[in-house]
Amino acid sequence: MAFKNSIAWYYFSSPKNFYPLAGRLVPWFWALSITLLVVGLYMGFFVAPTDYKQGESYRIIYIHVPAAWMSMLIYLVMACYAIIGLAWKLRMAEMMASALAPTGAMFTFLALWTGAFWGKPTWGTYWVWDARLTSELILLFLYIGYISLQSAIDDPRRAARASALLAIVGVINLPIIYWSVTWWNTLHQGASVSPTMEPKMASIMLNSMLVMTFAFWTYTIAVVLMRVRRTILERESQTSWVKALVGGQTENKSAGEKQ
Amino acid sequence: MSEFFAMGGRGYYVWMSYGITALFMIVEVIALMRSRTSVLKRLARMVRAEERGNSQ
Repeated sequence: MAFKNSIAWYYFSSPKNFYPLAGRLVPWFWALSITLLVVGLYMGFFVAPTDYKQGESYRIIYIHVPAAWMSMLIYLVMACYAIIGLAWKLRMAEMMASALAPTGAMFTFLALWTGAFWGKPTWGTYWVWDARLTSELILLFLYIGYISLQSAIDDPRRAARASALLAIVGVINLPIIYWSVTWWNTLHQGASVSPTMEPKMASIMLNSMLVMTFAFWTYTIAVVLMRVRRTILERESQTSWVKALVGGQTENKSAGEKQ
Repeated sequence: MSEFFAMGGRGYYVWMSYGITALFMIVEVIALMRSRTSVLKRLARMVRAEERGNSQ
């Protein structure tokens, strides 16, 4: 079994074999994500009650916390692919790392944005330079730095190596974001949910938030697989299988799209 | 219905958060689908140009 699995990993680490696999997975992750979004939004808006302290504005939590979690999780996964890409010189891992960055940057921005629009009615200000907010802003700059470094270097292999180093060094910021609310006295509230404590919120609120988190998670997988397929086409454009694929597409569009 | 959108007087903050989040997520997908189409077109042009070059 283990032997069979290792063959599968080896097989799908080749862009040629990963491309059709990713294409088959994308619609499934879309279906999952849209279902979870509908269920999560319904639970968050119609089943979960109004917060007794914050009123209705607390409902921003159902996108704020999932977006913030995704911003950190995507960075961690991106750094892991960067390490694999550096250590084993796997093209597929390099491409996965760079495909994750734009979506990670988007969720980081959205975490900051929704946080600002939650902070205004709750704290009376859109922004404070507190440890949690500042370290999350640094995460956004890390993503932007990673993306611009990659686009500044023409050779894709060199771009992947340089940006991988940046991604790996930037991992230091993740524990700082995570524990900022315990290490410093922040305006941002402490963790509502943590692995070591009972959640400090009603279970319907917690469940809605978890459903929305899985919705964002499956969204990320779908989008990243779509992006990596585009990157594969670009980076493997000189190979015979890509030439056959795009060449065939001009004659028979529907057959190519199914790939 | 209008009571739902008012969000107890906090509608501006709630819908600015949800609206921008939805906008970003939708625009990301549309942009990806469009860039895939343009990459496919560009590569197909390259392949056709190469085929023409080889046959001459």
